[in-house]
Amino acid sequence: MTDTRFDRAPGDRPILTDMEEGTSYGVLVYTIGLVLAVILTATSFWVANTSLLWEPGIPLGLAVLAIAQMGVHLVFFLHITTGPDNTNNVLALAFGVLIVFLVVAGSLWIMANLNDNMAPPPELMNLHMQH
Amino acid sequence: MNIALTIDDVRKDTLASASEAGPAPKRIVVAYGFWIFLLSDIVMFAALFAAYAVLVRATAGGPTGVQLFSQSSVAIETACLLASSFTCGLMSLTLNARRRGTTYFFALVTFVLGAAFLALEIREFADMIARGAAPQRSAFLSAFFTLVGCHGLHVGAGLIWLAVMMVQLAIKGIRATVERRLLCFALFWHALDIIWVWLFTVVYLMGVHP
Amino acid sequence: MNLLGKLDWSAIPFDQPIIMGAAGVVALGIVFVLGSVTLKGYVPYLWREWITSVDHKRIGVMYMVLALLMLLRGFSDAIMMRAQQAVAAGGAQGYLPSEHFDQIFSAHGTIMIFFVAMPLVIGLMNFAVPLQLGIRDVAFPTLNSVSLWLTASGILLTNVSLVIGEFARTGWVAYPPLSELQFSPGVGVDYYLWALQISGIGTLLTGINFVTTILKTRAPGMSLMRMPVFCWTALASNLLIVAAFPVLTATLAMLLLDRYLGFHFFSVDAGGNPMMYVNLFWVWGHPEVYILVLPAFGIYSEVSATFSGKPLFGYRSMVAATMVICVLAYTVWLHHFFTMGAGANVNAFFGVASMIIAVPTGVKIFNWLFTMYGGRVRFALPVLWTIGFMVTFVLGGLTGVLLAVPPVDWQVHNSLFLVAHFHHVIIPGVVFGTFAGYVYWFPKAFGFKLDERWGRRAFWCWFIGFHIAFRPLYVVGLMGMTRRLQHYDVLSWQPWLLVAAAGAVVIFAGVVCQIVQFVVSIRAREELRDVTGDPWNGRTLEWSTASPPPAWNFAVLPRAAERDSYWNRKLRARATEGVSAQTYQYEPIEIPKNSAIGVVNAFFAVMTGFALIWHIWWMAGMGLVGAFVTLLAFAFRHDEEVEISAEQIAQFERRHQAEVAL
Repeated sequence: MTDTRFDRAPGDRPILTDMEEGTSYGVLVYTIGLVLAVILTATSFWVANTSLLWEPGIPLGLAVLAIAQMGVHLVFFLHITTGPDNTNNVLALAFGVLIVFLVVAGSLWIMANLNDNMAPPPELMNLHMQH
Repeated sequence: MNIALTIDDVRKDTLASASEAGPAPKRIVVAYGFWIFLLSDIVMFAALFAAYAVLVRATAGGPTGVQLFSQSSVAIETACLLASSFTCGLMSLTLNARRRGTTYFFALVTFVLGAAFLALEIREFADMIARGAAPQRSAFLSAFFTLVGCHGLHVGAGLIWLAVMMVQLAIKGIRATVERRLLCFALFWHALDIIWVWLFTVVYLMGVHP
Repeated sequence: MNLLGKLDWSAIPFDQPIIMGAAGVVALGIVFVLGSVTLKGYVPYLWREWITSVDHKRIGVMYMVLALLMLLRGFSDAIMMRAQQAVAAGGAQGYLPSEHFDQIFSAHGTIMIFFVAMPLVIGLMNFAVPLQLGIRDVAFPTLNSVSLWLTASGILLTNVSLVIGEFARTGWVAYPPLSELQFSPGVGVDYYLWALQISGIGTLLTGINFVTTILKTRAPGMSLMRMPVFCWTALASNLLIVAAFPVLTATLAMLLLDRYLGFHFFSVDAGGNPMMYVNLFWVWGHPEVYILVLPAFGIYSEVSATFSGKPLFGYRSMVAATMVICVLAYTVWLHHFFTMGAGANVNAFFGVASMIIAVPTGVKIFNWLFTMYGGRVRFALPVLWTIGFMVTFVLGGLTGVLLAVPPVDWQVHNSLFLVAHFHHVIIPGVVFGTFAGYVYWFPKAFGFKLDERWGRRAFWCWFIGFHIAFRPLYVVGLMGMTRRLQHYDVLSWQPWLLVAAAGAVVIFAGVVCQIVQFVVSIRAREELRDVTGDPWNGRTLEWSTASPPPAWNFAVLPRAAERDSYWNRKLRARATEGVSAQTYQYEPIEIPKNSAIGVVNAFFAVMTGFALIWHIWWMAGMGLVGAFVTLLAFAFRHDEEVEISAEQIAQFERRHQAEVAL
């Protein structure tokens, strides 16, 4: 698992060759990240507020765009790559994503199921929701 | 974004595998520890997200998201936070380049943008409460205020941290401890922006589509 | 505006003799201990060497002390409950009114899980993991001290609730709507919530500390697959801490918001959903039991290998089983509320997952058995605890597999069958494991062994007492008895409960034997002294240091290029006929400086917690500001490390070699 040749702190830029060294290269990386993020954000707002996408598909479209944005942040701002020097960091991230998925998806599935099965009869339901 | 294949012309395979090289350098240890902390923070947000998702329809006859959310305000907040993430990145670069003056400048810009985000958010909350959409009104509003408010609290804590770090930079200079702590701050700040991406997508953008 | 919030003299239950009596005894005890310590002049020593220490060995010992003290309190709760249930049948009302009984079972669960089991496990991991990894300390030593003292803060608040105010009456799980302000208007639930939030932060920081330590700071040559199995289980446990405790923090925070600010997460009106608390609580709750039991399994691995004189059987499968349990622990939580009304498909999924998780546990049991098979087993005290565990835990685990079947669970949920089941896995699992662990590592920590005779007596009392105390509970659960009953009318249950009470008395004898063991061992420490540092002929690196190890653990970081590296080193040394007179050139070592930040921060944490419980807002603010200032003091401190000179190291090493040679 950690058969890495050398290790890198999360958030640190990779060790660069002489050619790539220098603040200007770094600025370029962050700027590309910013531009991509802006495009994705604008697209999200557009998708949500217009009928560009088929209505029932909007939540999925928004989720896809959010995942893409997260990817942009991870790669361009946090310098998370798939290189062997980053394996530990990626594994930790993957673990976190797994846990988040289990918590959110699991809770939604369970609570929806409970609500369906345990919902009070319609008359009581109206009363319940009104105060 | 390419990773180096050699360090100082030493061939990759002659280096000890990091797994067997003994304790890692302090910068890596500290940053990795903070990375794990961030994961734990994200799990906490996941629990709050789950609660929000479960309660999003529980408006108890009160105001719904569609009625309350202002897309323009959210767009400006997003722009502020995203820009502050960018300037935070620039701050990291200038710190690495050992340029203290420019580091202070970008830190200040980051602070101002973050404070603007927070100010807008507080105004949004105050407006909602004035209109009767207080967190005590319904479970949906409780969940909304808690989820978005928790993120706001993190941003606030980040701003305090940034201010303290600038004082440290002034007093201690560019020492290894200060560099490590600013690396952790950058991780924190970028992670907050990632959480905001999910926040505005799930709460505000999906919220206008009942 | 009342300066003291809700606090006034009526908070102290002067009219309840049992509480006042207990409080009096504890107060006398505290005065006696503090008084004698101060009069004998130990305070500077304690402050310098223990309270402000950031050394993982000292912190580990302090966790154990806290845990064992709280075991006495949690166990007193248990004895009181067994006594009450043994007599309160039919016409008799027993001696405990419901308001008190409810607080006792709530405190019992809360204390045992959070303030006995967690500190026992975390204490042992603190002590042993860095030594086993061949390093000098954990990744963040000062943070380690902060964690310890935050746990102590939670303990202090919980104990204060006995005398000032009350504790929660909701059970240790505190389900709404009962735990909402409407139905629990007193301070009890607030004590529970703030004690857990504060100590929860400490635990989370420990999780971060150990994950980083194990993944990033092992000795040179020690790849992950060469790590002792205890370190693997510590890794899995701490990954679960990092993954699960934030959910508890969020859930308890939501309940706090409901109680303090009138939010509606779990209320019965305005759209609140009490079932969501149950769901989120158990998302944390199930991984929690694996957080507790995995390190105990690790201890059993170390003990069975060491005392069989053989390497652990199936290292790879052990590692795989541990990590599989780690992941699966996060997929079974609904089995704690099968009866809450989910549909058959949801129940079935989680039921099947709960059965699957028994498989890697079974793999571990077989590996331990095969480790002992064919070895020359020495029946030292840790091995007794291990065998007691194996026999008992398997039975308890089987009842777990029964309960994993939803239709079965529908019959016995929240009956004493369930209570018997979880004690039947947690006591042999976690409690016996940590008992084996402290007997095993005590000589390393203090330089002398524990008395074997009193240890055996303690073991047999615990083992026999446990079965007498808990097996009747299965019967009475199947007969229909619900848990947490202060009084019951079905007289046919009483004989079983009397037997259970007798079992509790036998366990009590076991606890007394353990106390006597400590006293006798300390008195006879010169006879029990071990100067070699390796009293058990151990296999892992901690046994290569002196007992107790110096502050820096290893003068030179060992190169650990194989599993059981110390054992192999000994074999090679034996083969080359004697140890060559090693003349190392020792280098000076920098170790982290002591710090008062942990204890000062904890002081402010207690201040804040107590103030929030009693609605003393100015004091709460002061506490928060104080904690923040403490953090700043840490951030701006100048020297972080202290240097140990090469000469000092050389002196220590020479002395140790001389003692070993004798």
